[in-house]
Amino acid sequence: MAAAAYPSRGLVLRNGDDASLSDLPVLKPEDFTAWVLDGRARGGRLAQLFGRRAHDGGVTVYAFVAYDADGVVEVSATHLGAAHGFGRLEYPSISEQWPAAQAFERELAEQYGVTPLGHPWLKPLRYHATDTGAPAPWGPFDANKVIPGDYPFYRVEGDEVHEVAVGPVHAGVIEPGHFRFQCHGEDVLHLEIMLGYQHRGAEKLLVHPNRTRGAIVAETIAGDTSIGHATAYCMALEALAGVAVSARAHAIRGIALELERLANHVGDLGALCNDVAFLPGASYLGRLRGDFLNLTLEICGNRFGRNLVRPGGTAFDISPSLSDTLRKRLEALQPEVLDVLDMMFSQSSVLARFEGTGALSEQQADEIGLVGPAARACGCTRDVRQDFPFGMFQFSHIPVANETTGDVYARAVVRWLEVQRSIEFLLEHMGTKPAGGTFAPMRTFRPNALAIAMCETWRGEAMHVAFTNAAGDLDFVKVKDPSIHNWFGLALAMRGTPISDFPLCNKSFNLSYAGHDL
Amino acid sequence: MLDIIRTRMKQGHRTMAFPDQVPSLPERFRGRPAVDASKCIDGCRACADACPTEAIDVTDNLSLDLGKCVFCTACVEACPEGAIAYTQDYRMAVNTRGQLVLDGPGLELAQRMGDELFRVLGRALRLREVCAGSCNGCDLDTNVLNTVGWDLSRFGIQFVASPRHADGLLVTGPVTKNMEHALMETYAAVPKPKIVIALGACAISGGPYRGSHAVNDGADRLLPIDLYIPGCPPHPLTILDGLLRLVGRIK
Ligand code: SF4
Repeated sequence: MAAAAYPSRGLVLRNGDDASLSDLPVLKPEDFTAWVLDGRARGGRLAQLFGRRAHDGGVTVYAFVAYDADGVVEVSATHLGAAHGFGRLEYPSISEQWPAAQAFERELAEQYGVTPLGHPWLKPLRYHATDTGAPAPWGPFDANKVIPGDYPFYRVEGDEVHEVAVGPVHAGVIEPGHFRFQCHGEDVLHLEIMLGYQHRGAEKLLVHPNRTRGAIVAETIAGDTSIGHATAYCMALEALAGVAVSARAHAIRGIALELERLANHVGDLGALCNDVAFLPGASYLGRLRGDFLNLTLEICGNRFGRNLVRPGGTAFDISPSLSDTLRKRLEALQPEVLDVLDMMFSQSSVLARFEGTGALSEQQADEIGLVGPAARACGCTRDVRQDFPFGMFQFSHIPVANETTGDVYARAVVRWLEVQRSIEFLLEHMGTKPAGGTFAPMRTFRPNALAIAMCETWRGEAMHVAFTNAAGDLDFVKVKDPSIHNWFGLALAMRGTPISDFPLCNKSFNLSYAGHDL
Repeated sequence: MLDIIRTRMKQGHRTMAFPDQVPSLPERFRGRPAVDASKCIDGCRACADACPTEAIDVTDNLSLDLGKCVFCTACVEACPEGAIAYTQDYRMAVNTRGQLVLDGPGLELAQRMGDELFRVLGRALRLREVCAGSCNGCDLDTNVLNTVGWDLSRFGIQFVASPRHADGLLVTGPVTKNMEHALMETYAAVPKPKIVIALGACAISGGPYRGSHAVNDGADRLLPIDLYIPGCPPHPLTILDGLLRLVGRIK
């Protein structure tokens, strides 16, 4: 762990670091809020903010401010609760000045009954009772009566203003969520996205006595991001155990991560074609997505990469002959995919629907803390693989794909570029893996510690923070799926956009419901 | 236009010949597990202890509940005698929950829906999918059946947008507390006679989320199930095989 050479009051961590909880600066509630907001002034980005039940019955709130240019995350905390002399569970809201905190603060209120004072729009995030039994700021929760969707939506009144409600069960084979549009004619004035239907208590199961269960749950936080979440989860556990993963295992994880990105990006580009009724693109890309999934199937016996990444390394090796097979298949797929994408991006009928649709500015992206391809489409260059290199990406870099227009077109182009770069990266590294084993046995965890792990999944930054107690048992894991940052981006992108473009905008973000709801 | 035609020619025809020909699956593909209790050492419960989802029972005789299994290999690694092994067999769909409990090498695969139902639904089955808290893996591999390679509609099976247009539900996910209401409302909206399919470990038993306070541990706690398709997620081939068994296209 690096020394606190940083001119601030936070604990400075790099990706994959662990630290003693006693080294963490604990600030007074007002100072904590001021510290976070100061982080914004110093060019930071709110990577995570969450609470954890303290042993004395209070709640400790942790904030993680990421400095992409320096490759560090600064952490600090505040204790809330009677035992600390602060009386009630409250602190001055961060969201009021920094919208990037809005969902995190709603989560905090929902899980622990903490009130971020002055939060502009405090309401449930996932709909469940608080973990501590404390009342949430919006009053007690009646699990028998209240169902998600039962809350005051933001409403616009006036002549010719009408409301459109969609979900939770949608038209397609997709996950549930509720969308409430305030429309003026065809144009959307405001969209409120209400999730929580997928809440299944994932975080608690990550701390299961059966260690494999934790890894399996990590793989299913978002089913299409199995490798991404499993990698972040394992990195956090490995840091706590002081286990160094072999270079070969890092390479295999890196290969699987890029295959995951390829399959999802190709699938998304196909779905975008479908949403603008360009069926040739939809058909070919839909099939090609499967071809990439099948490469992962070759490596670990599952199309989504289940059971590949495990604490300590990987459960499967890639032999030279399998490498060879994978490389040949990739070499055959490369021209096919690029050909279809060239065709797609040369259709004026496609471009006409993509360009200028659902645009976000770089400033908006920064304000709400957008990550992943959606952020890179707005001109932000953040990418964990570059800013906080982990695993294989410490030794080998993939150039960051960027666009500036922030619209559906830009989000599609970023994926197109990433598809090209991931294939090149895979072809380069498939055959040249470091020698050695793929698995190092796990050891006991360092007690009273925390570890952070970030991974650039295909959707953007995932971050897992794991804590141990005095006995050295894992006692809390906090998960962040990139979706929690980005759902708000979709809502903003819809402003002033015709409601008929919603499917297209939605698909261009393609966010996870399960990853958000946990 | 010309480039579309050119790409069309390059892409060619890709729909697979299934069920006449079965596409090959890679060596590492994990199909139906086979259990062989004769290999067990007395008192050994290594596999049961290793299993993350409590799918293995050793109290009387070794048995594995395919409805809880997430195909993770923990039991295979734990067993010194090789009493549990994965086969390459992708066929796993059954009609009743009890059939999923394996205590030998075989499995009694699903039969065609009853005559009465078949007369009404057998030739054109329309399904409404309800994702009730899945990780999305099951949904994605169901969606794959609509791509050109699989072309589900050639069998007269289709996913539809409205439950009012459907003959039944296909449920994925453990049925979270927060989706229970929507699932039941959707079920109520499907006209009779109707069927329900539980797809994936989650929908059958809660899967990785079994025991969580926020879920119902599967759809059969709430609805009558006509077809169980195990897996986490099941391979598209497993799903298609199950659906085709239900409509009598495969026996
Ligand atoms: S069974 Fe597995 S793949 Fe399917 S929803 Fe559950 S966790 Fe996801």
